[in-house]
Amino acid sequence: MSEFLQQLLNGLSLGAIYALIALGYTMVYGVLRFINFAHSDVFMVGAFIGYYLGQHVPQNTFWGGLVVLFAAMIGCALLGMLIERLAYRPLRGGATLNVLITAIGVSLLLEYSGQVFFGATPRTFPAVFPSTNFAFGDLVISSNQVVVIVVTTLLMVGLQLIVYRTKIGTAMRAVALNPKAAQLVGVNNDVVISFTFGLGSALAGAGGILYALNYPSIEPLMGVMPGLKAFVAAVLGGIGNIPGAALGGLLLGTIETFVNGSQWSTYKDAIAFALLIIILLFRPAGLLGKVRVEKV
Amino acid sequence: MMRLRYYTGIFGCVAALLTVGQADEAPIKIGQYGAFTGKEAAFGVSARKGVMLAFAEANAAGGLLGRKLELITEDNQSKAGESATIAKKFVSRDKVVAVLGGNPSTNSLEAAPILQNARIPMIAISSTNPRVTEMGSYIFRVCFIDSFQGAVLAKFARTTLHAQRAGILSSANNPYSVGIAKVFREKFTAAGGVVAIEQKHSEGDKDFRAQLTAIKNAGVDVIFHSSNYTEGALICIQARQLGFTGPLFGGDAWEAPQLIEIGGAAVEGAYYSTHASPDSTAPEMQNFIRQYRALWNGETPDSIAALGYDAARLLFDALRRAGTTESVKLREAIATTTDLPGVTGRITIDKDRNASKSAVILTVKGGKFAYVETIDP
Amino acid sequence: MPRPHLYLLVALLAAFGISYFSDRIDPYHLDVIIGIGINVILAVSLNLVNGYTGQFSLGHAGFMSVGAYLAAAVSLFLGPRLLGEEGGTAFQQGLLFLGALTAGGLGAALAGLLVGVPSLRLKGDYLALVTLGFGEIIRVIFQNVEFLGGALGLNGIPAYTSIFWVLAFVALSVFTVTCLVNSTYGRGFLATHDDEVASEAVGLNTTRYKIVAFVIGAFFAGAAGGLYGHFKMTITPTGFDFTKSIEIVVMVILGGMGNTVGVILAAILLTLLPEVLRPIAEYRMIIYSLLLIVLMIARPQGLFNFKYGKAKS
Repeated sequence: MSEFLQQLLNGLSLGAIYALIALGYTMVYGVLRFINFAHSDVFMVGAFIGYYLGQHVPQNTFWGGLVVLFAAMIGCALLGMLIERLAYRPLRGGATLNVLITAIGVSLLLEYSGQVFFGATPRTFPAVFPSTNFAFGDLVISSNQVVVIVVTTLLMVGLQLIVYRTKIGTAMRAVALNPKAAQLVGVNNDVVISFTFGLGSALAGAGGILYALNYPSIEPLMGVMPGLKAFVAAVLGGIGNIPGAALGGLLLGTIETFVNGSQWSTYKDAIAFALLIIILLFRPAGLLGKVRVEKV
Repeated sequence: MMRLRYYTGIFGCVAALLTVGQADEAPIKIGQYGAFTGKEAAFGVSARKGVMLAFAEANAAGGLLGRKLELITEDNQSKAGESATIAKKFVSRDKVVAVLGGNPSTNSLEAAPILQNARIPMIAISSTNPRVTEMGSYIFRVCFIDSFQGAVLAKFARTTLHAQRAGILSSANNPYSVGIAKVFREKFTAAGGVVAIEQKHSEGDKDFRAQLTAIKNAGVDVIFHSSNYTEGALICIQARQLGFTGPLFGGDAWEAPQLIEIGGAAVEGAYYSTHASPDSTAPEMQNFIRQYRALWNGETPDSIAALGYDAARLLFDALRRAGTTESVKLREAIATTTDLPGVTGRITIDKDRNASKSAVILTVKGGKFAYVETIDP
Repeated sequence: MPRPHLYLLVALLAAFGISYFSDRIDPYHLDVIIGIGINVILAVSLNLVNGYTGQFSLGHAGFMSVGAYLAAAVSLFLGPRLLGEEGGTAFQQGLLFLGALTAGGLGAALAGLLVGVPSLRLKGDYLALVTLGFGEIIRVIFQNVEFLGGALGLNGIPAYTSIFWVLAFVALSVFTVTCLVNSTYGRGFLATHDDEVASEAVGLNTTRYKIVAFVIGAFFAGAAGGLYGHFKMTITPTGFDFTKSIEIVVMVILGGMGNTVGVILAAILLTLLPEVLRPIAEYRMIIYSLLLIVLMIARPQGLFNFKYGKAKS
């Protein structure tokens, strides 16, 4: 029983990271109806920002960790807005396939520039938060895992507040529903979309830091697999749906952990993708999403 | 018309660039492939430094057979398939007389069939999977093989660590890892131990808590991880976090400064097997360390660098004895190498084209690698 | 194009002729040409799916791997039994190789069917990700099948690939795709691409077209995989991951989706580029990705596409 609980705990902390990345995917999809392939690489940039900043901040202090976290979030938000402005905005209104390809291009650009500028050899992420272990009887959890769960929860709550209680949040929802109509009622689409990207990328940056805290080896291609899994999580929960992304993330993290602990652990990547395919075939709206009817 | 000019423009540029870089003939050309960037970079970079030292020494002494020695290195970027492409390039474009290379066995397994086909001798530096030399009569290695290394670790676990129950964590898509885990299981069981549980992970994984939780709950005394240093370090960290207090150990793929860098306090007291220890007092080792430090800014070499050095010197010795760069005679000379004094021990190439050598066990003490014991074949 | 079969015959004879003189050519250049040929087959076959039929598939490398493994299995396991100890004459080896490549192609085609059928109802982004997912699933399966080498993959595959085989299959794939698309039946592919709903409304079975495109595309990808395996002599599951898929996709996009000639030229360019840029190899991928982005913004019809005016992808 205690092994089951421990695995559950492991799964939740892994799932929280997937949830954080999935939140960004889901937000951008909700507003723009396209999958930002470059999201996982913004995640990676966040981790590297944390790496470089972490060298100058005293290790193992709480406030040092927070500084790194915020700096990464802001840096990634700026990066996200830059990408949107330069690569996606010129293609708005055109064929969606073109934007998809551009997104792939941006993703590759970030990955390979990272390899050239940061070097392809993995770096060790500094321990910016104080690290201890907490034990509850047989169950063990590290403080870094707790940080992940706490930060993810706070960010998710914050996101819900922004989207449902602020003016810009309402504007985001308006653009998501119908961009043309939103423009007609006076919403500045450009600003709203920029803001959405910035917000999503900030979440990715936070995800990068938290991921690097728990798995201190970072390298330019580190975002690829977590990004794909987070996308599966977003679809699982219902893409465009914020609590759905969180639910999807936790579910995927837990399933993956249990598979990992069993004899089928080598199939775990395949299982994540198989899950994606099954969901898209049988319930494309995801667990919490609404079924969309395509009008011709 | 515009179209024609457009096309000509693009292809003209490409064609012009292709004609650049025709090689010249006089020096003896030897190729080395390895991972100099990417996740296996620690091995490739070390090996190259050792090889370059050997080349520098040989050229300073006047070269071989009256000619200078030229080393052509190519980076496979830790990517699958690249080593095969590089081997093809060595054969058809650079026209080398021999190739040194191969740290992870997967790289050597890619390059070997191509070099065997082209009858170019290859000396693998630290590829320990037995399949490598089975690829053909032109493929050799200067290190021990995993059927020996697995036995070494099993013996160490039983006799020195007094382990009764062991847990194995191997990387399912790394043939080196799978191979050595299998041998360890056989030998450990034969020596009276019990392998209580075996778990697998994938290359590049970061989270092993699921597997480690299962292993810990199986009540093991020691954990053996058979894959690379990055995963090894993370595994040590997570194992300690989960409350496992017994010893953890790995094979020669754990040897890299990053093991300590990433692992920090968690790898204190961890063990691993490797080819040689810089703490050894043998004159060859001390000499090598001195020269290496002189060339590479005071850095202390690891055993992979030592193996690279030995591989190059093995090749030079064979060239000297063969008296020619002709491939059949060169192959013969390499195959009959007997008792050559090397930094990593005395090298004799046996009938399977492997080198029969001792292994050493190292540990991490006070944030540095330290020698524990030697285990002979 | 009257009597297209004549063109094919001429192309095959030319391939045979060139291979006759192949020992005069520098082996390095020969290797590069073979590499180009394999990429051309991959790009042309993907173009049928992505370009002409408008189904954005990111799992092409998965089909390539199925073909590569199957063909290698035939050569390694059936070969010694059929050819005997000495290895048989060149003609017998050729026959075996043809069999291996066909087996690889058919196996890949079957995989194409299995992937295509469930993926049909999805559009755009979702289809791309599902095909990527399938590609990864295929990779994981191969990593876990011990009989096919597992993580080690298969090595010591006999080097049967020669310039004749490569050029022959290039000719075959180009011929098939071009004739298919330019036929009356083939107009269905373009219709499916342009407007699925309208096509269904006029009675075209778009489902059938999509499946056919997937299957034929997969067949040639499998054949290319077989050629690749017998060229590199080693295949590993990780060599066919989605990075490889994306490399092929870049060729199709660069050439102009739905433009066979452009795609062939793009494949040639993008195979030569790494060799030429070997000194600055690390910057190559940065250049590729910048190329993709700039191309999509400034010239979405591809570099070599002069037929259409602007964005008609």
